[in-house]
Amino acid sequence: MKSLGSIRRSFAPWTDPSAKPYIVFENVTKKFGDFTAVNNLSLTIYEKEFFALLGASGCGKSTLLRMLAGFDEPTSGRILLDGQDMRGIPPYRRPVNMMFQSYALFPHMTVEQNIAFGLKQEGMPKAEIDRRVADMLKLVKLEQFAKRKPHQLSGGQRQRVALARSVAKRPKVLLLDEPLGALDKKLREETQFELMDLQQNLGLTFVVVTHDQEEAMTMADRIAILDKGEVMQVATPAEVYEAPASRFVAGFVGNVNMFEGKVAARDDHTARITGASGAEIVVENAGDAVAGDTVAFAIRPEKIKVTSRRPEEAVNAMEGEVFDLAYLGDMTVYYVKLSDGQMVKASALNSARITEDALSWNDRAWISFKPDAGVVLTR
Amino acid sequence: MSTATLTSSNAPAPADVKPTLLNALTSRLVIIVPYVWLVLFFLVPFLIVFKISLSQTAIAMPPYAPTFTLGDGIAAFFSNLRQLSFENYLWLTEDALYFNAYVSSVVIAGISTFLALLIGFPIAYGMARAPLTIRPLLLMLVILPFWTSFLIRVYAWIGILKPEGLLNQFLIWTGLIDQPLIILNTHSAIFIGIVYSYLPFMVLPLYSTLEKMDFSLIEAAQDLGCTPTRAFWKITFPLALPGVVAGCLLVFIPATGEFVIPDLLGGSQTLMIGKTLWNEFFSNRDWPVSSAVAVILLLLLVVPIMIFQQAQAKAQEQGR
Repeated sequence: MKSLGSIRRSFAPWTDPSAKPYIVFENVTKKFGDFTAVNNLSLTIYEKEFFALLGASGCGKSTLLRMLAGFDEPTSGRILLDGQDMRGIPPYRRPVNMMFQSYALFPHMTVEQNIAFGLKQEGMPKAEIDRRVADMLKLVKLEQFAKRKPHQLSGGQRQRVALARSVAKRPKVLLLDEPLGALDKKLREETQFELMDLQQNLGLTFVVVTHDQEEAMTMADRIAILDKGEVMQVATPAEVYEAPASRFVAGFVGNVNMFEGKVAARDDHTARITGASGAEIVVENAGDAVAGDTVAFAIRPEKIKVTSRRPEEAVNAMEGEVFDLAYLGDMTVYYVKLSDGQMVKASALNSARITEDALSWNDRAWISFKPDAGVVLTR
Repeated sequence: MSTATLTSSNAPAPADVKPTLLNALTSRLVIIVPYVWLVLFFLVPFLIVFKISLSQTAIAMPPYAPTFTLGDGIAAFFSNLRQLSFENYLWLTEDALYFNAYVSSVVIAGISTFLALLIGFPIAYGMARAPLTIRPLLLMLVILPFWTSFLIRVYAWIGILKPEGLLNQFLIWTGLIDQPLIILNTHSAIFIGIVYSYLPFMVLPLYSTLEKMDFSLIEAAQDLGCTPTRAFWKITFPLALPGVVAGCLLVFIPATGEFVIPDLLGGSQTLMIGKTLWNEFFSNRDWPVSSAVAVILLLLLVVPIMIFQQAQAKAQEQGR
C-alpha cells in the first residue's frame, strides 16, 4: 500500500468524518493591546491525539495553550472542550493540566508534596493520595527522590517531577509548554520516546507547544504550523514534510529547494512548469494549479540525485557546477549552482563505503529528480 | 614561580609565600572590620549601660556611683566592684509601672506590626507585579517620605488627626459625621503614626522576596485546582515568609522602643517603655534605673530574635 512518508498510521480520527472532535478552537482571536497574538484561528483536536503546535517564538502557540488552560480568555471566538464552552471557566475548574516550560515546581515542597498538591486540592482521601503519588513516582522513576526538594534535583529529574505532577490528577488533556526545552540534546531524545509511551499508556490527549520541528515530527500524531497567530497547515508529520501547503510551511520544516515559475501546461496527471530562465520541469501531483499560475516547485534535498553525467532515463535534469560539498559520514551534502545562478541543495545517503565517479569542487554535475519527487505550491 | 622551582626544589620560594600570607591577612581583615565595628559601637556601649544599671543613683556628675577611674589602684577597684548590685532590676519587678509599660509596648508594637503587614503586603505585591519599567518609580515613591524629617512627618499627623484637623474637617464636610472624631491622644493615633512611619521597612523586604518569586508558580497552583485565595496561602505566602519575617522584625523592634510617636500622638495617657525610659533618664535623672530598663528591653527583643534567626538558619541549611 502506498503512503506518504515511511510510516502508516492506524490512529487517524481526523480522516473519519463521523469522529467527534475533542478540543475545538472556533474563530479564536486574542489581542494584547494593539498586538494580535492569535488571529481568527480555528483548529480541532481529537481524543487521545498527540497534537503539536509548532512555530517560531511570537507565533501565538503559547497563547493558544494558555487560553486552553484558562489563564487567558479569547478576545473573540470560543474554545470547546468535550463539547463544553470553556468561556469564563477559571483554570482551577478545567479538566486540563499544564506542564510549564519553567516546570513551576513549588520550591518549598518536596517531590512528593509537589505531586500530591493537585490531588489534595481535589479532597482525595489520604491513603489514595499516597497510592497515586507512589504510582506517579514509579512512572517517572523517581522513587528514591520522593523526599528531596526541587533544588536538589537535576534538570532532567525536575522535568519528570513536573510531568508526574501534571498527570497525577489524570486530566482529560495534558498541555505541555516546551516540555523538553530545558534539557540537553541526548536527554531530550530519550525523553521524547518516554513522553510518547506515557501518552499511549495513560490514554491522554496531549497538546504540546514546541519550536523544535524535530521534536514535533518525532512525537506528534498531527502538527499545526503557526505563523503570526494563524494556522498555516494542520497535518501529520509526513504530510507536513512531503506535502507542505505553502511556501512558508515548506521552508519552515526541514530543508527545501524552491523553483519559482509558471504553469505552462496542465493535464489530469502532470504539469509542465517553466522557470524564469526557461528550464522546464515536469511534475505529477500539481494539486489545484492551472495553466498560467505562478507557482513554486518545492523539492527536498534528499530527493535530488547528483551525477557527473545526465542520467539517460531522467525526465527532469539540469546542469550545473558543484559549488560546495560536505561529507557528514552518513550522508554527503552537495550545493550545485545551476546555469541560471540558482543554488540547489542535494543530499545523498552514503549507503556504500566506496563511491565510483565521486564529485569534487567545481566539477560539472547534473541534478535530476522524478516527476513525483516534489510538490507544486500555489501559496 | 617556575623559576623558583628550578632554583630550589624543596623549600618554597619566598615569592610563593608572601602573596598567600598577604591574601590570608587581607581576607582576615575583611572579616575583622565588621567585628571591630560591632565591638566598638555595640558591645562596649552596651557594657557601659549594663555597668550603670548595676550602680546606685548619686547626686553627682555623672549622677551615679561608683565610678571607675584609671589610677584608683586595685583595692579601690575591688571595693567599687563590691558596690555594684542588681538592686535596680529588683526595683523594676517591684513597681508594676515598668511591667505594664513593657507589656503595653509589646502589644502596641505587635498590633502596629500586624497592621503594617496587612497594608504593606498588597503594596509590595502590587509593586512586584507592576510592569518592569515603572518599578523603579514605585520604589522611589516608597522611599520618598524619608527625604523629610521623621519628626516633621509625625508633627504633620497632629495637624491631620486633631479634633479640628484636616481629617475631621473633611469627614464633617462630606456629612459622614457631625461631631469630630477623637483620634489624637489615643492608641489609634499611635497605630496610625507607627504604621505610617515604618511602612517602608515592611514594604521593602516584602517587595524584594516577592519580586524574586516566579509567578508561574501561582498559575501552576491554580492549574492544579487551587482557587486564587488558596493559591495565595499555599504558595505566595509561604514563599514570601522570609520577607514577612524581616519586615515584621524591622517594624516591631523600633516600634517597641518608640518614644517620639507615643509622646506626640499618644498623649500623656499612653504607657510605652520608650517614654518611661525617657522620663527616668531626663525627668528623674535616675540613670541606673533607666539603664536597667534599657538592658531588659534589649534582652526582651534580642534574645527571641536570636533564637528565631538560629532556627531559620538551620531550616535554610536543610534546604529552604
